[in-house]
Amino acid sequence: MLQLCSQITLGTLGIALVLAFVRLVKGPTLPDRIVAMDLFGMLVVGFIVVLAGTTGVHATLDAAVVIALIGFLGTVAYATYVERGQRQ
Amino acid sequence: MLTAIFWLTGSVFALLAAIGVLRMPDVFTRMQASTKASTLGLGCLLVGAALQMGDFGSFIRVASIGAFVLITTPVAGHVIARASYYADVPLWKGTILDERRLQAEKGATKDPTL
Repeated sequence: MLQLCSQITLGTLGIALVLAFVRLVKGPTLPDRIVAMDLFGMLVVGFIVVLAGTTGVHATLDAAVVIALIGFLGTVAYATYVERGQRQ
Repeated sequence: MLTAIFWLTGSVFALLAAIGVLRMPDVFTRMQASTKASTLGLGCLLVGAALQMGDFGSFIRVASIGAFVLITTPVAGHVIARASYYADVPLWKGTILDERRLQAEKGATKDPTL
């Protein structure tokens, strides 16, 4: 039961990752790509959390913490770059 | 059983966030779809994983991920929206109010948004 359910969850998250990647490739402007990258990081965190819950390996939760932190820092850094490049 | 319900709900919300990012017409609408729906989806996934593992250490880690995401996602969305608005990213044609363009058309001497 839980095995099937976690497989369905991981498959849905995989479809969501593919859709976010399509926006990352297509995105007409740079902020579109930043939004897609931010969503990509969140989806990867969810993927890792579900995988940790299924396999019972607790060490992967630390990787999820680090990816969430790095995703936020990268988003803020890209946004600052866009804004400062406009003002100069 | 509860874990299964939470995981399926969370994955559906994450899929909705991705569909919104793919289908919305504008940077700002895409940003709000991504921010809100993915926060709720990731929250459901975290609750499900915490129920599944049932361990104090993993509960602390999952709770810290949830608190961090709840704090940082609105900040990231605001920063992206602000940067793309100042970078003159084209708005959707159905946008009702654009105060910066109104100020520029009125010929204001200084831009109040900068």
